[in-house]
Amino acid sequence: MTRIFTEEGAAVPVTVIEAGPCPVVQIKTDESDGYSAVQLGFSAKKAKRASRPELGHAARAGLEAAPRILREFEVGDDEEFELGQRLTVEVFEAGDTVKVTGTSKGRGFQGVVKRWGFAGRPASHGHSHSRTPGSMGPGTDPSRVIKGKKLPGRMGGVRKTILNLEVVKVDTERNLLFIKGGVPGSRNSYVLITK
Amino acid sequence: MSDLLQELEKEQLRDDVLDFAPGDTVRVLYKVREGAKERVQVFEGVCIARRGSGTGETFTVRKISGGIGVERVFPLHAPTVGGVEVVRRGRVRRAKLYYLRGLRGKAARIREKRMR
Repeated sequence: MTRIFTEEGAAVPVTVIEAGPCPVVQIKTDESDGYSAVQLGFSAKKAKRASRPELGHAARAGLEAAPRILREFEVGDDEEFELGQRLTVEVFEAGDTVKVTGTSKGRGFQGVVKRWGFAGRPASHGHSHSRTPGSMGPGTDPSRVIKGKKLPGRMGGVRKTILNLEVVKVDTERNLLFIKGGVPGSRNSYVLITK
Repeated sequence: MSDLLQELEKEQLRDDVLDFAPGDTVRVLYKVREGAKERVQVFEGVCIARRGSGTGETFTVRKISGGIGVERVFPLHAPTVGGVEVVRRGRVRRAKLYYLRGLRGKAARIREKRMR
């Protein structure tokens, strides 16, 4: 993340995302696949790293190299796309709200305070410091712990979607999107941006 | 930090270099927008700290106003900071002059830097 200043002098925290150009690699229609979607590609794989099926799939859309990333986006029937058509950041404009999907940073095995926001015990007033989960639930009656009880475990590293993020700026020359706030994942990871 | 991010930050940095350091007495020309009108507000005091790097760099200016210490933090690269004039160069031996907060009057003086 970085920040950009507005004319009024306010600093807006932004995440800079390189978005596109994304060629349309495949078009799925109701007749052929039972649903309509477009498959978009991003970035390019070295020819020697791409498998022959991947190269063939890319060649159908008129691409020279196989994209590193292929993702489908569902679209309505009325929207028109062509194979090989390149979608760029121009799809977006400043002021749009988007949702961003990515894999959140892995945090490893974490306790309940960090993982679920439990309060823990007070730091003073006769307590030895403790970040324990406390009671597991009712006693003899169920005689078991209720399913879904929030307990320590692996945190992060899962697919997360953040809704209603604002596009602050679009740089069409360098294919950059400036999105207000943070998005899931570490630096240089891949995310999906949906309008 | 990736190269691209560094490059983008560079574009946001101000072009005019503001040459001042903690200990200096400075006049900050701060642009204030009141409705449609823009006017320049001057805040004069001792710079007691500079922190951060890149676009996030800020500096703190402290002055005594009506017997009460007033501190203001300015973002160095904000377009609203019109300029910083150095009134007096101070000779200090640390980067953060937070000790000035506990001092007043004569004790809070800073020796002038002797320029060679």
